Amino acid sequence: MSPLPKTGGARVLIIGATSAIARETAQVYAASGARLFLTGRNGGRLASVRDDLLVRGAAQVETAELEVTQIASHRSVVDAAVGSLGGLDIALIAHGTLPDQTRCQEEVSATLDAIQINFTATVALLTLLANYFEAQRRGCIAVIGSVAGDRGRQSNYVYGAAKGGLDRFLQGLRNRLYRSGVAVVTIKPGLVETPMTSGMPKTPLFASARRVGRSIERAIENRRNVVYIPWYWRPVMAVIRWVPESIFKRLQL
Amino acid sequence: MQTYQSWGRYPPAAHTRVLPIRWRTDPIRLSDLSESVLPFAYGRSYGDSCLNNGGALLDVSGLGRFIAFDESTGVLRCETGVTLAEVLSLAVPRGWFLPVVPGTKWVSIGGAIANDIHGKNHHRAGTFGAHVTCLELLRSTGERILCSPERNVELFRATIGGLGLTGLILWAELRLKRIPGAQIAMERIRFSGLRDFAQLSTEDQEFEYTVAWIDCLARGRRLGRGLFLRGDHAPGPSRTSSRGKSRITIPATLPSGLVNRATTTVFNGLYYRAQVRTRQRKTGEYEPFFFPLDGIGAWNRLYGRRGFLQYQCVTANESEGAVAELLDQVARSSEIPSLAVLKRFGTVRSPGLLSFPRPGITLAIDFAMRGATTLALLDRLDQVVAAAQGAVYPAKDARMSAANFRRFFPHWQSFASQVDPKFSSSFWRRVTAA
Repeated sequence: MSPLPKTGGARVLIIGATSAIARETAQVYAASGARLFLTGRNGGRLASVRDDLLVRGAAQVETAELEVTQIASHRSVVDAAVGSLGGLDIALIAHGTLPDQTRCQEEVSATLDAIQINFTATVALLTLLANYFEAQRRGCIAVIGSVAGDRGRQSNYVYGAAKGGLDRFLQGLRNRLYRSGVAVVTIKPGLVETPMTSGMPKTPLFASARRVGRSIERAIENRRNVVYIPWYWRPVMAVIRWVPESIFKRLQL
Repeated sequence: MQTYQSWGRYPPAAHTRVLPIRWRTDPIRLSDLSESVLPFAYGRSYGDSCLNNGGALLDVSGLGRFIAFDESTGVLRCETGVTLAEVLSLAVPRGWFLPVVPGTKWVSIGGAIANDIHGKNHHRAGTFGAHVTCLELLRSTGERILCSPERNVELFRATIGGLGLTGLILWAELRLKRIPGAQIAMERIRFSGLRDFAQLSTEDQEFEYTVAWIDCLARGRRLGRGLFLRGDHAPGPSRTSSRGKSRITIPATLPSGLVNRATTTVFNGLYYRAQVRTRQRKTGEYEPFFFPLDGIGAWNRLYGRRGFLQYQCVTANESEGAVAELLDQVARSSEIPSLAVLKRFGTVRSPGLLSFPRPGITLAIDFAMRGATTLALLDRLDQVVAAAQGAVYPAKDARMSAANFRRFFPHWQSFASQVDPKFSSSFWRRVTAA
């Protein structure tokens, strides 16, 4: 297994780079002189993030507008990233939406959109990236999942199902790519203070995007398998998974 | 839900809503709102200048991105919500420093401009606004106006020190200054009264930074005793990160009685006596020199539920008598003051129409809020300041009268003509009330 290049000078592709968590991770890479390829839906926002990362020390920042549900465009974006950075050491998939559960129950299209963005599009990207990294026989693929994927709950099971499905997909991918020396990191943040959760009442369980973003960089550096961020979500979710279904179905979670 | 209050936690304010502003390139529509708006970042203004009771706040803490930095000229362009801590952690390792820093690094660039803040180098560098080369202002009409000392000058001068009332500053460009390293060579001198302070401050021009702390509970022949601090940038690396967290944080609002006359008397006296020798020289980190209280997170909670008021004023030169009078009033009252900060402002003119610093001596004291008696003492202090052709600092204020505001800020009417009709604040409504 060949070692991953140190963060300094690393070539990093970030999908969903205008998300609050991804920007924090990108800042860590930028400060170490990394070269970055960023995708996002909004060109103006991408340019703001690019300029910020260049000031913070990134050696190179390229951007491409990408709507992840436009699956036909994935290949050209991955090719552009590989081409402009001269290869990839790390891919971080950070896009996602938190759907309104009630709306998903009322409208089939809302449910399918949430699955499309949070699961199908991610799986499509991972299929391309897995083949690239497998052929190169080194590197790291990191994906932002969620603690919500660890167990289905009435208040959030469409999002949970997408993230849970992703969790299984990544398990299998990790198993497959192990022999090629490619790390697959599943990142499971808990509640994070980001625009995605701005409508939720804030509790002490919320972590800052900065803390989560920095932990992601460390998890990638250490080639972890599954990380909960912050760490206390691991025992919390262990307890939640352990509750028997006959009891769990009665809970108001 | 995050609470939106000022640093002094007085007065309380209820806002109709908080609109997060996260991207400067997105369309920002303010004209549809029925209520007035006011930009808010980290709530480090002490009184009500960052509050908009009954109106809305524009939370700009998400506008925290750098835009451009020229390492050869030191010109930095960044969004309004970037903290001074972020700027320092970027700039110091590259040999640059902010031209002016206040007593905390947790303020935003937009707030530093809107309050035209000053620091320990006012006698040399003037205010923060004097180093701003241009900024972009979003008006409620949707117009984005580039303002600088050459373009849209009137709006520029109104926005420097304009308390966020002329529109939303989206980004600004400023000139940083070269430093030889991250260390500060400093000297601390114990002095026994205001006359000694006046004498020491005549040597100010020999140092980049000067400030004094005084024991404001000492009376009689001890009146105005304190420690004079002065220093310059020095070579050497920094061992701490500017983005690091506070070492300790006050976890919760403490009972109001904890900060009382007895504890502050002991604290004031101890602070003065902590230094045995008359003169002490050392070279150390810049953070404790500039931001001594940033080591304690949320120290404002020490004052309890009722909060506190900071009183900062400036009195015209040759007015040591007025400073003595102010200190005497404080010492004779039964109020609970913290240490007082004293500094002589220089003659560099602020570009801002509503800027507070002007030549003379500035005095700042925190008071635990105890209701009517606290407010009555501060009103008496206002009279002394008015008689000494001085002014009270809006960034710290929660209570000065409309009449005194107009006396202290004679350009307020030309300023008012530049205020965006959609923007307002609790402070502005108070000081412009008929």
